[in-house]
Amino acid sequence: MSLRRPAKDQPETFEFNSSSLDAAKTIVSNYPTGKQQSAVMALLYIAQKQNNNWIPLAAMKYIAKFLEMPYIKVYEVATFYTMYNLSPVGKYFVQVCTTTPCMIRGANKLVEACKEKISENESELSSDKSCSWMEVECLGACVNAPMMQINDDYYEDLDKGKTLEILDQILSGKTPKPGSYRGRVNNEPENNRKTLMDLKNA
Amino acid sequence: MLKDKDRIFQNLYNDMGSDVSSSQKRGDWVNTKELIDKGRDWIINEIKSSQLRGRGGAGFPTGLKWSFAPKEVGSRPHYLVINGDESEPGTCKDRDILRFEPHKLIEGCLIASYAVQAHVCYIYIRGEYFVDGQKLQSAIDEAYEKKLIGKNAAGTGWDLDIYIHYGAGAYICGEETALLESIEGKKGQPRLKPPFPALIGLYGCPTIINNVETIAVVPTILRRGGEWFASLGREKNTGTKIFCISGNVNNPCNVEEEMNIPLKELIEVHAGGVIGGWDNLQAVIPGGSSMPLIPKEKCETLTMDFDSLMAEKSGLGTAGIVVINKDQDIIKCMARIARFYKHESCGQCTPCREGSGWMWRMLERMAKGEATKDEVDMLGDVTNQIAGHTICAFGEGSSWPVQGLLRHFKKEIEDRNNLSPIHEKKNNIPYLVDQHLLDKKNA
Repeated sequence: MSLRRPAKDQPETFEFNSSSLDAAKTIVSNYPTGKQQSAVMALLYIAQKQNNNWIPLAAMKYIAKFLEMPYIKVYEVATFYTMYNLSPVGKYFVQVCTTTPCMIRGANKLVEACKEKISENESELSSDKSCSWMEVECLGACVNAPMMQINDDYYEDLDKGKTLEILDQILSGKTPKPGSYRGRVNNEPENNRKTLMDLKNA
Repeated sequence: MLKDKDRIFQNLYNDMGSDVSSSQKRGDWVNTKELIDKGRDWIINEIKSSQLRGRGGAGFPTGLKWSFAPKEVGSRPHYLVINGDESEPGTCKDRDILRFEPHKLIEGCLIASYAVQAHVCYIYIRGEYFVDGQKLQSAIDEAYEKKLIGKNAAGTGWDLDIYIHYGAGAYICGEETALLESIEGKKGQPRLKPPFPALIGLYGCPTIINNVETIAVVPTILRRGGEWFASLGREKNTGTKIFCISGNVNNPCNVEEEMNIPLKELIEVHAGGVIGGWDNLQAVIPGGSSMPLIPKEKCETLTMDFDSLMAEKSGLGTAGIVVINKDQDIIKCMARIARFYKHESCGQCTPCREGSGWMWRMLERMAKGEATKDEVDMLGDVTNQIAGHTICAFGEGSSWPVQGLLRHFKKEIEDRNNLSPIHEKKNNIPYLVDQHLLDKKNA
């Protein structure tokens, strides 16, 4: 289990803005009547998106009221799932996969790069407060290892030099192009494709 | 090698685009109505005769699973749930289906929903695949627009709504009952079985849960016939499978191949060989991190299917092959996998919650050579205390890789860790198992 605690400094209030409210209502309608609790995960995402990528306790209380469920149930969900950030993270949130398939292809070099460019410790804001990084468990792109995720996008087939370049870009406020950084097409065997060749050449 | 015309996922590398019109060129949605008009029993029998086994890891026969759904819809509606919470280290096949072959999945959802009499289908996708989920969502929107799903889906007279539910970074939600809990808006902690979800599942209603790949191959099986599918591979291990080959190979890739293909062919032909040559191979994890590893000697002749790997005391699992060469420290690799399981244990059952961390701490010390001789056996003992003593299969999943390591690399561990057991107890606390921790600073 992972230990997760809410941040010490919490805002007093939280409310959905109008676009969040619309999104929330659409999500609730995806589930049968009376089962609106199902929408709690999606609503936490909406709250997180609205609140600079982290969820304050006030948002959990607001969602509990919104879905007519006990606050503690929302709190349980928010602390159980690791993708809900309970304390502030950078505008660019870098997650480096270090599970075995990435590890044996050199994920520790990516961690080194993050330490050099962003901050010495994980989950710590960079000096300009725009970035933070952390090690995460398998992100499910093992044939593209080593890789990292920045906000929603995957950056694949990396090495230390390329990671440093990407981090330089986000530190100067640009969003780098996601995908493979060795120029390969999706998950095909690079320069060694033996299947579906007619389509490749078509 | 499998012939290209027998590959189900023609767009695995996105050569053609994933929208409706290019999917139709590949044969999706062409005669969906005809297939469904042949009736429920025909569909289920065809899937049974194809001997399709679930692609999510356990390998349960899909036709049989569908036949468990109640024949008549009672007071409670039926649900179809698609498991796309792909989080097993070494596996990344569902992601490619979600982003490049979404219409195979959506059409499969329609056929499966009809077969199990469900009008609502939830597709559970792991939260990290947000971008790929958006691609699936746009494919779903397109299908609604073309009236392929929704009211009177594809002219079949069957109504179907498909919704995506995003997970939020919990590996355990790939377990089917934890997944249901998660859709219900709770912590993803598995339920006791029985009752099985086919009778009491989502919201207490009959629910059929299938992996993304299982559902995505269904339309092609029905079009080409169960016999065609059964002619590939071997008895009870039929058809094709997407293999993900990662780790120390020259060209890591996803590739669709026939079941029962030799492991060596997959690595040498498709993945460009082991880095440093075949002789540099140390071990292979054949089916995602929870399957016990297989040492090099056995990799020479090993074939990849459910039963042949079972005979090697491992398993096909999700067919995520992780190749580990001799440049890697095998104990460290397994310690990292143990850390993954320690992080992902849901905390419901004590043996798993406490044991997964215990295994990780022991393996970390063993990787550094700081463990005592007697601890090697103790580690084996801990794995046996976890496996089979938990609600879900996570207990097995976390202890099997460690058992595999002990089975094949015990000598390496013992050579590195030959400290004598602690005889002198400085702090005399009876029954304290982790005595050595007291004797060490910062332990």
